[in-house]
Amino acid sequence: MSAPSPEPLQRTPLHALHVALGAKMVPFAGYEMPVQYPAGIIAEHNHTRSQAGLFDVSHMGQVRIRGKKAAADFERLVPGDIQSLGAFRTRYTQFTNESGGILDDLMATRWGEDLFVVVNAACKAADIEHMKRGLDGRAAVEPLEDRALLALQGPAAATVLSRFAPSCATQKFMSMAELKLDGVPCFVTRSGYTGEDGFELSVPAAAAEKLARRLLAEPEVKPIGLGARDSLRLEAGLCLYGHDIDATTTPVEADLVWSIGKRRRQEGGFPGADVIRCQLDHGTTRLRVGILPEGRAPAREQTEIIDPSGRRIGTVTSGGFGPTVGGPIAMGYVEVASAKDGAPLALVVRGTPRPAKVAPLPFVPQRYYRG
Amino acid sequence: MLRFTNEHEWIRVETDGAATVGITSYAQEQLGDVVYVELPALGKEVTKGGDAAVVESVKAASEVYAPVDGKVVAVNDKLSGEPSLVNSSPMGDGWFFRLQLSDKSQLDALMDEAAYKKFCEGQH
Repeated sequence: MSAPSPEPLQRTPLHALHVALGAKMVPFAGYEMPVQYPAGIIAEHNHTRSQAGLFDVSHMGQVRIRGKKAAADFERLVPGDIQSLGAFRTRYTQFTNESGGILDDLMATRWGEDLFVVVNAACKAADIEHMKRGLDGRAAVEPLEDRALLALQGPAAATVLSRFAPSCATQKFMSMAELKLDGVPCFVTRSGYTGEDGFELSVPAAAAEKLARRLLAEPEVKPIGLGARDSLRLEAGLCLYGHDIDATTTPVEADLVWSIGKRRRQEGGFPGADVIRCQLDHGTTRLRVGILPEGRAPAREQTEIIDPSGRRIGTVTSGGFGPTVGGPIAMGYVEVASAKDGAPLALVVRGTPRPAKVAPLPFVPQRYYRG
Repeated sequence: MLRFTNEHEWIRVETDGAATVGITSYAQEQLGDVVYVELPALGKEVTKGGDAAVVESVKAASEVYAPVDGKVVAVNDKLSGEPSLVNSSPMGDGWFFRLQLSDKSQLDALMDEAAYKKFCEGQH
């Protein structure tokens, strides 16, 4: 708590606002970020599910891919179908390596001829190098370093944002619009990481605090930290890079097959395509599943998963307490034979096997806007 | 008599001679919302500084250590249904367990309230 950090942490444009709001700041992916505000993680989680929460996700990487054939070129790096994206439509995909492992997961939006890409904070420097190398001059990789990223998430998010820009009310899920919010030119994407309806707002850094304060002045909106962001995404069954997915897990093992374009499965043309094609045809040995522990004890990341006979069959990759579920929840990889809803498991917590079962994801129904 | 450890446990000797143990207000604030508490078995012999209980917040699990040697003679069953008592009443209804002390003189090495307050101020 009092030990000085060895390396100076970066700050987002909203740092002063977090401190003014009484946030508990922690190091995360090289940034000083709010893990919670005085309300606490459970109250923040519940507020996002019932009203609207404002998150600072400015630590994430925003990148413009500029080129005449940016979508086609970008497909050299990802298994997602990027060429079929309509104007301003957004898609979830991953950067893969030659073994089909995931280097990062990301959102890509068709932005005229170009793409607008959002990547994870911890990976962004490596991602930028990876894109430059992989695109090899075909398309330019332009990090948008002077922009903050806010997320407004929850059932009241559209009501709130439409006070600033009426078109937000009917903006399609997984689409972007260039809009002025309180006079500030923003890229507004209807997407998020909570399972709720919501928006991500790319804002010029210099205007970020003013816009954040305007949003927080709306009666439905409260600031939400990274702690609740994690419990919200876990309940929504969404992967956290570096935990649920990494360079050793493929999109097939991670149960992300839905994000691989049909055309891409046939044509390949992305790193690890052969491995992924083979796994699609013949299956994998392990799969990511949801896990519901019986009882109240949370099972944390790295918890050993055993079958009823005591044989080790996998590992928990994310685990904690789900405030909306009202109990412990987890995700992890298990052998395919046990990857069926309701399959009995045990989780070895502090040396004691505790009963659990495979549960369908998400734990809490997603409530995305479907128009 | 009320004493504190530098691991942020408190221990209070009751009129019957047994001692109640819990975590301090400072500790529960650092942890955030408590969602699960694992208590020792009745009759368990615990040793000073050894694992005695586990307290889990939304974010992480933390050990609670025995402030002194002793035998567990009671545990707070209320915490299984209402772990948030640790947040709302850390030194009252949010107590963890009671010990029959093996050696009362071990309490002398712990901090009194004024010393603990000073210790916490040094943690910032």
